[in-house]
Amino acid sequence: MLQHLSLNIEETAAVILFGVGFTILLLHRNLIKKIMGMNVMDTATYLFLASKGYITGRAVPIVVDGVQEVEAYINPVPSGLVLTGIVVSVSTTALMLSLTIRLYERYHSLDLDEILIMAKEEEQT
Amino acid sequence: MRLFECILLLCLVLCALSVAFTKDLLTSIIIFMSYSLIMCLIWMILQSPDLAITEAAVGAGVTSILFFLTLKKIRAIRKEGQDEQEEG
Amino acid sequence: MSRRKDNYETSRWLKFKTWVDGETDPLSSGMDPTEVIPESRMRERRKDLARRKAYDEELTRIAAHHEGKTEIMKARGIRYFQKFYKVMSVILCLGIILVLLWTVSALPVTGNAGNPANNEVAARYIEKGLQETGAVNIVTGMILDYRAFDTFGESCVLFIASCCVLVLLRLDADSKNESIKKMIAESDDRHFEPKDDIILQKCACVLVPVIMIFGIYIVLNGHLSPGGGFSGGAVLGSGLILYLTAYGYRKMSRLFTEKVYRRTTLCALTFYCLAKSYSFFTGANHLESGIPLGTPGAILSSGLILPLNICVGLVVACTMYVFYTLFRKGGM
Repeated sequence: MLQHLSLNIEETAAVILFGVGFTILLLHRNLIKKIMGMNVMDTATYLFLASKGYITGRAVPIVVDGVQEVEAYINPVPSGLVLTGIVVSVSTTALMLSLTIRLYERYHSLDLDEILIMAKEEEQT
Repeated sequence: MRLFECILLLCLVLCALSVAFTKDLLTSIIIFMSYSLIMCLIWMILQSPDLAITEAAVGAGVTSILFFLTLKKIRAIRKEGQDEQEEG
Repeated sequence: MSRRKDNYETSRWLKFKTWVDGETDPLSSGMDPTEVIPESRMRERRKDLARRKAYDEELTRIAAHHEGKTEIMKARGIRYFQKFYKVMSVILCLGIILVLLWTVSALPVTGNAGNPANNEVAARYIEKGLQETGAVNIVTGMILDYRAFDTFGESCVLFIASCCVLVLLRLDADSKNESIKKMIAESDDRHFEPKDDIILQKCACVLVPVIMIFGIYIVLNGHLSPGGGFSGGAVLGSGLILYLTAYGYRKMSRLFTEKVYRRTTLCALTFYCLAKSYSFFTGANHLESGIPLGTPGAILSSGLILPLNICVGLVVACTMYVFYTLFRKGGM
């Protein structure tokens, strides 16, 4: 198993990053840290996808000198998918950060537990 | 090249772990920025320069600016609250 | 909204609605804005919360002192629980990573040409891409020609996200509410920054033209070299952001206002939609689209990809800039 993992280190690193990001997202109380964890998870997924399309010894998928054999270039499909994903991850980050600012304006706290307690008290009164 | 890639991936994991363990938010945002830059180098090694350009402009640039602005806004709100408390 | 409501009272739609609903109109009582809790009350509540927490802790301490072992056990239990929580979180993280690693060890080796991911779709894009789309960069040809519908949805996602941030963070200048006016005055942060910072301005003077030209180059050369609408748009947006930080809103408002944003985004999205609908329509019906593909490698080649790249670049640049202004000032 270890030998196999050492052969695809990109995927191993991506999986470890995914685990770390997931843990930050779930177990940190600070909202900004949670958003960062979400971003780490995003990039981990992109790394995994891009490593699926990588082929050793082949070049960037840009046609040079009219060479159009499959053996010359890496797989372009994951690159295209990840390219659109990166930009969407920025917009979700901006949305989450603006929600965080609104929450801080109302409750004066970044701690999710405190915010939940205060929201519950507000409901009761 | 393989060794260089290994070192970069190790740095990536270390950056992610230190984002998790730093207490100061500003420090962790800067570490996150460096995380994006290392990611950009890895895209170059994985033969996808399109992704490298996008990651450098979007991940290291705009996302970190948005995080910094959020932090600044939150500090401004906190400061305002403290001023009023001292007056009252 | 308020202007529209005056018409709404007398409109036929209201009559129709009352008829459907059985003489009840949910909006007739007036839309009641949710009660805004004043800052002082909020702070008091927080203080109260902290006081209550301290009181509880004191109580447990005293009770633990005076009474039996059960109270000590309770105070200790909370501490144990917090430690347990930390240990369990690390164990959970390790568990997830181990399970995923186990999965990865069963996957095919990275970099092998025979992997199932490298199938006939990729082969087709590489072999026929240049003839069918005219783009030298196969990735751009793929995302703006074969999968252009996907990219259109993506641009719409960007537009919707900027609209959501606008709804959440915008401070309305025409509002009559005193507190919002105060917030606008406070968020005008040019007062607190060093005005006319000479170092920043000179740096921006040198850097902004270079960044803008680089961004435009990336957008225009999307089909020839790495890059395209998304990355070039982000570079353009960051150039605008740098200019804004150095020279302030007054100079920026000569170039970029809310009206410009609205018109640019709308025009870009509409043009994208129409152009792509046309090419899908002709393609599905096996008609000649009449768009010349040009010679591969020239800048005016590859049919619709160049204008579509410009559209996507405009949308992305506007979105990045609008995010920045909304986060900083709450308006454009």
